[in-house]
Order: sequence, then C-alpha cells, then structure tokens
Amino acid sequence: MLDQWIFAAFLLPIGLVIPAVPILLAALLSPHKPNSIKQSTYECGVETVGETWVQFKVQYYIFALVFVVFDVEAVFLFPWAAAYNMMPLYMVLEGVLFILILAAGLIYAWRKGALEWV
Amino acid sequence: MIVVLTDPFGWIGQTLLGLLARLGLPVATANLLITLLSAVVLGTICMTLGALITWIERKIVARFQDRIGPNRVGPFGLLQPIADGIKLLTKETVTPNGADTVVYNLAPVLAVMSVIGLWAVIPLAPRLVGSDINVGVLYVVSIGAIGTLSIMMAGWASNNKYALLGAFRTVAQLVSYEVPMVLALLVPTLLAGSMGMGAIVEKQAGLPFIVLAPLAALIFFISSMAEAGKAPFDLLEAESEIVAGYNIEYGGLKFGMFYLGEFFHGFTIAALVAVLFLGGWQGPLASSYPLLGLIYFLAKTAVVYFGVMWVRFSFPRLRIDQLNAFNWKFLTPLTLAVVVVTAVTDKLAAQMGFSRTGALLGANALLVLATVWLIGAYARSTRRRLEPVVDESAAAAQA
Amino acid sequence: MTVLQLIFLLTAATTLASGMMVVASPNLVHAALWLIMALAGVTVFFVLLEAGFLAVVQVAVYIGAIAILIIFAVMLTRHVAADSQSQVTRGWWLAALASLLLFGGLLAMLTQIPTLTAGAPVLPGNPDDIVRDLGQSLVSLDQYVLPFETASVLLLAALIGAIVIALPPKAAGAEGGEP
Repeated sequence: MLDQWIFAAFLLPIGLVIPAVPILLAALLSPHKPNSIKQSTYECGVETVGETWVQFKVQYYIFALVFVVFDVEAVFLFPWAAAYNMMPLYMVLEGVLFILILAAGLIYAWRKGALEWV
Repeated sequence: MIVVLTDPFGWIGQTLLGLLARLGLPVATANLLITLLSAVVLGTICMTLGALITWIERKIVARFQDRIGPNRVGPFGLLQPIADGIKLLTKETVTPNGADTVVYNLAPVLAVMSVIGLWAVIPLAPRLVGSDINVGVLYVVSIGAIGTLSIMMAGWASNNKYALLGAFRTVAQLVSYEVPMVLALLVPTLLAGSMGMGAIVEKQAGLPFIVLAPLAALIFFISSMAEAGKAPFDLLEAESEIVAGYNIEYGGLKFGMFYLGEFFHGFTIAALVAVLFLGGWQGPLASSYPLLGLIYFLAKTAVVYFGVMWVRFSFPRLRIDQLNAFNWKFLTPLTLAVVVVTAVTDKLAAQMGFSRTGALLGANALLVLATVWLIGAYARSTRRRLEPVVDESAAAAQA
Repeated sequence: MTVLQLIFLLTAATTLASGMMVVASPNLVHAALWLIMALAGVTVFFVLLEAGFLAVVQVAVYIGAIAILIIFAVMLTRHVAADSQSQVTRGWWLAALASLLLFGGLLAMLTQIPTLTAGAPVLPGNPDDIVRDLGQSLVSLDQYVLPFETASVLLLAALIGAIVIALPPKAAGAEGGEP
C-alpha cells in the first residue's frame, strides 16, 4: 500500500525543484546592481513611513477560527461519507445531526455579527 | 503497432522496464526509477502547459473583448510565452530591505509546488494515475492549503505593510472559501462511496455526477475559482486594488512563478471539476483504449476551463465585504443544505426503490427553488425596510 | 537497513530538529514556520504507518488551518519583535541531563513490554476498507456514535467561546472602514 504514495513523494520535491531552477537561472542571467533606492520598500511612490506592522483587525482571526471548526467538522464527515453505501438510514441521520449542530454554530456566528467584514 | 495504439502508456512502461532489466537492475529499483521519470515528465509537462495556458487566456480574453490578442511573436503569437519568459528571466530581481531571504525566496517555489502536487492524484486515463491513494479528495484539499501558506509567507517576508495587508486579506479570502469547497467535496464522496479519485471516476461509468448533484458541482466550481483567485474574486491581486497585494515586492521570474502558478491553478481546477463531476476519462470505448480516455479527459477539462475563462471575463470584480458575505451567508449554508439533502434523499431513494437520478434531481431543483424564494423574500424585506428612507429623501429633495 | 528505516530516521531527525528550532528561534514567525516543518514530518510518519487518511488530515487541519491561525495570531500582535536575549537559560546543562535520564528511563521501561519488540502490525484488508470501517464505526450504535455527536457539541462550544472572546464589544461602534 505504501507504493501508492511513492509517486506523490517524488512529485512534491520535483515540484519544488522545477520552479527553483528558472529562478536560479534568472539570478545568474539578470543584472545585479542594487542601490538603496531600488531596495527600499514600496509605499505608493513616497518614502516609507513608520515600521512594518498592520492594524489588528479581529476579523481575520475570526474567519480563520470559523474555518478551523468547519475544517475539523469536514474531516469527521469524510469517513462517514466514504462508508455511505453500507449505512442504514439512521446512521445517515446521525451524520446529518452532526452537520445540523454545526450549522447552528454558523447561525450563532451570523447573528452575533462575527461574519461581518468591517 | 496496434498494441502501441491501444495502450501506449502500458507499452511505454513495459519497454522501459525491459530496458532497465536488461541493464541488470532488480525489478523494484526499475519500478522506482520509472516512477521518478514519470514524475519528472509530469512536472515538466505541467510547467510547459502553464506557459501555454497564459497564451490561451490572452487569445481568448482578446476575442471576448473584440480584439486579436498576441499575434506578432511567432505564428498566432504562439511564441509569446517564450518571449515573456525570456523577458522575465533577464529582469533584475530586487530584494527589498529587511526582507527575510529564505522565506522570501521559498514562497513562489511553494506556490508552484502546491499546484503541481495536485496532479499526482488526478486520473488521466484508465490505468494512468500518479498516486492512486484512497484519500485523493482530502489530499487535494491539503495541498491547496499549502498554497495558502505560501501567500502568507510571501506577504510577510516582503517587509512591506501593503504586502502584509494584501496577504492577510488574500489568506482570509482563501481560508473562507475553503469551507464550501471542502463541504461540496463531500457530495461526490457520498455518491461514489470512496475518497479515492480513481474510484470516483469509475463510479461515473453510467452517469456523470453532475447530473446527480448539479448544485454541488456549481458550488465546487465557484469556490475553487475563489480559491484560485480568479475573477470575479481577484480583488486581492488586481493592479488597481492595494497595488497587487502580496506580489508587490516580487519582480522578475519570482513574480513569473506566482503568475504561472495561478494560471495553472485555474486549469487544475477545471481538471478537478472534470474528474469529480464530469466523469474524468469516462466515455465510449475508453476502458479498452486508454488513449481515448486521455482525450476525453482533456476535452472535458478544456470545456470547463473555457467556462472558467468565460466567467472571468464577463463579471465585474466583487468588493471584499461582498466576497465574504457571499461566502459565509450564502455559499456555506447552501452547501450544508446540499450535503444534508443529498445524503438523506439518496438513502431514501435507495431504500424505497425510487429512481436515484430522479429523486436527486428533484431534490436539487427543490433546493434551487427554495434558495431563489429565500433570496426574493430577503430582497423584498430589505426594500420594505428602506422605502420610508427613500420616500423621505425624495420629499426632502423636492422641498 | 531497509529503505523504510532510512526514511524513518531522516524524517525523525528533521522533525526533532524542527521541534527544537521552534523553541530556540528568536523570531516568532520563524518559529511558526519551523512548527510547520515539524508537522510535515509527522505527516510522513503517518504515511509510513500506512495511515494515509490521518496523513492528509494532518496536512489539511494542522498545517492548513491551525498553523495559519497561529501565524495570524503571531503577526497580528503589535510589532512582532525578535527576542534579543539569549534563547538558552543559564542552567541548560542540568535540563539536558534531566531529559537524558528521562529518556533512558522511558526506554528501559518500554523495552520491558514484550509486544513492543515485535514487527510492524499487519493492517486488515485494503486501505479503502479501513476508511470505510472508520466511517461506519463513527456512527454505529455499539461503537463511537456518542463521542461523534459529543465532538460536534464540543466544536460548537469552541466556536461560540472563541466568538464571545474574540469579538470586540459593540458599544464603541464600528471602526472607520477597512484598512
């Protein structure tokens, strides 16, 4: 069974090498004349002001959080879906109950305004 | 000759095996070498295909916009990607001050790797699949997640607050749209009874899943397009918005890699939709002639990819709050409803002996009607709520 | 030394080294990235143990969701500064000695268990059946249906709790527009 993974195990490092080769080639072939103005970070055409940090916006974090919960839910549901053909109806309904409980969570987040983007 | 035509891939494999065996290698090592060689070939094909796709997109967007597109470089402008590649190759790459070198250079490489890695599980022809693992669907999800990570790395390593901001918003969008995508992937798993891509394609021998689950196919199509950052979801890398987002500090071929990876991701999505919902290599006579299977697969992918481009060139860009509202308030509840309805309907149809196709199509139609009615009701209530305001402002304007 | 053993040793070395770099790295974002490499090492272990489903779950949930959450949390705190002090405490050799003793003790204890020295366990059936068995066991009445449903309630509680904690109070009104 491990043989099935061999191709993926080969393709992923090759996928790393294949874009790296042109980039290295470009590093060799392109001119290399750094100066301080070229290397300053871009700020819409003016000099960079202030340090590099971003105003904390809780929205990013909440989206990632809701995603984690739904990702774990989906991971639980995949074996349930894979075994679908050998399940009687009540087992399907148990999975549906699982989904409905988390749908209630989504509705809670919606009503609380956690899904607004401002 | 007939053998070559009927099963070219098998014939190539056998010839190589024979060649390596004559050189004295044990069978296991020979198999390993052949796998390595096929991985290299697949990777190279992916890169060249990616370059070709940029040409196809430019030609087709030109036709949509009633112009010709690149036609100077080579016949029909076919050498345009090569010209672009040479140009990007010779551009000076300027690393910004304070950029984290390792992470900064790793990000474009990881972005391309995450797209090439997807092709390991896609069944191209009846017996031609890279890795026939039985968890192919989840593998697709997980490799896509690596792409999200690479964007975060790119934004942070550039030491530029606009890049960081753009990266945050991009990752927030990607992460949000992964929810309906993963949930929509439950439907073909359910219908096929397995998470393996090969098994899903084999189960579509009589009827492609798009007939049984059109809503799920549509949801998967839309959310994968958002995952790949294609319009109308390309707010975060459009030039007029936040100045190209996480790409700001990337020039030359590093930007070229991001660009190529993104275009190729669009094509890969089309391939995934073709495999999961349109039947992949299934078609008349495909099981006995694998070459035909490959042709069917490529044809279906091309059709879906044309659909992707069509949507891309027809709709205006969505604003970020519209983007997020569309995902969390429309797509995710709809996907949950689709999964629940499909699961229950299919089991009921199987137990009570109804026609599976009819029951599922009917359930999907009911869901569509319910959704349209709900949206209509919401629009009516919003209009009713806003009417006094509209009347007041009209009265104030007249006074 | 078979190929599998070689792969295992390489992966183990990478995972342990990444784990140490997570703790020893002065830059928080670098630490998060080393954590991702350590999690990728665990993925390879799952594949070697023929638990393909768990391997992809590891990448999808841990690397794809939780690591991104951690990186968000790290980057969104003000001014991600690199820790300028030394990353090693003064009594580090005592800690190293204690951990070596613990490792030796655990090894001595574990070798006492007779079944542990046997070969790798043989998994029943083909991988397809394993995933289907898992799926069926999650919802069958005499197996794990109660923990399955309780897990969903737990996830619901986590979602509600996180929203209650993370959401800013509405009293001040919305901040002016998006950044």
